[in-house]
Amino acid sequence: MKHEKQTALLKKVQEMEFVAIELNLYLDTHPCDQDALHDFNCAVEMLKKYKEKYESEYGPLLNFGFGGMSGEPWQWVQGPWPWEL
Amino acid sequence: MWIYEKKLEHPVRVTCPDVKFAKMVITQYGGPDGELGASLRYLNQRYSMPTDNAKALLTDIGTEELAHMEMIAALVYKLVDGASCEDFKAAGWEGQYVQHNHGLFWTDANGVPWCASYIACLGDPIADLTEDMAAEQKARVTYEHLIACTEDPCVKDTLRFLWQREVIHFQRFGEALNEIQEWMCKCKHVWHGHKCGCE
Repeated sequence: MKHEKQTALLKKVQEMEFVAIELNLYLDTHPCDQDALHDFNCAVEMLKKYKEKYESEYGPLLNFGFGGMSGEPWQWVQGPWPWEL
Repeated sequence: MWIYEKKLEHPVRVTCPDVKFAKMVITQYGGPDGELGASLRYLNQRYSMPTDNAKALLTDIGTEELAHMEMIAALVYKLVDGASCEDFKAAGWEGQYVQHNHGLFWTDANGVPWCASYIACLGDPIADLTEDMAAEQKARVTYEHLIACTEDPCVKDTLRFLWQREVIHFQRFGEALNEIQEWMCKCKHVWHGHKCGCE
């Protein structure tokens, strides 16, 4: 299968981000749940590490300045795009 | 404002192309209980929610639904990958090929185009959150129908993830409705049709 290494590393990002998304929704209706808040912050830390690893090899996940500075040539346009992976 | 992250929320895989199933799954792209309707409904209703928690929840679930719409797009893209005009005819989806080739478009499973009548915003938080809960149930049921209609385990996995999300969203909207109802009890006025309102 093409892009096997990339999809494997991306899967780690997807899993960790999903934890953050799920806790984010939960906290929207339970803003005082300290355990959930703590778990969210832990997830964010782990997510940051996985994202840095992924982006260093496969380019930025975010644009419009959210993803920091670009290498040359302009990295954002580079494929594969998500529906091609 | 919105930012786009260059990844799917959850992986989308197909064992092999299946144009017939693509014709079914497209309902979750542009159909009455699909992800486009869901995202626009929630993102639009958030402007008339009275509490911060409700504004946040509708923003966040609305945003997640855009990510789900993207997953359906990726699924259809892979299900029609390499399909010829003949494949589309055999699947009874030649209309799609003629009008869109391998492009996507927002219709239901019968080719009926997406319509803003699928969504509502009464500006009343009780009515709107109740609609949201119903919408999540309808989406859940639609995913159950789709899961039953495919044998492909990869496709089932993607649909099951989306099914699970509908169940969770229903739970969250229920909690938001409870909180809004408590919040409204604290006010002296129930109807906010005049200027003084209440804080």
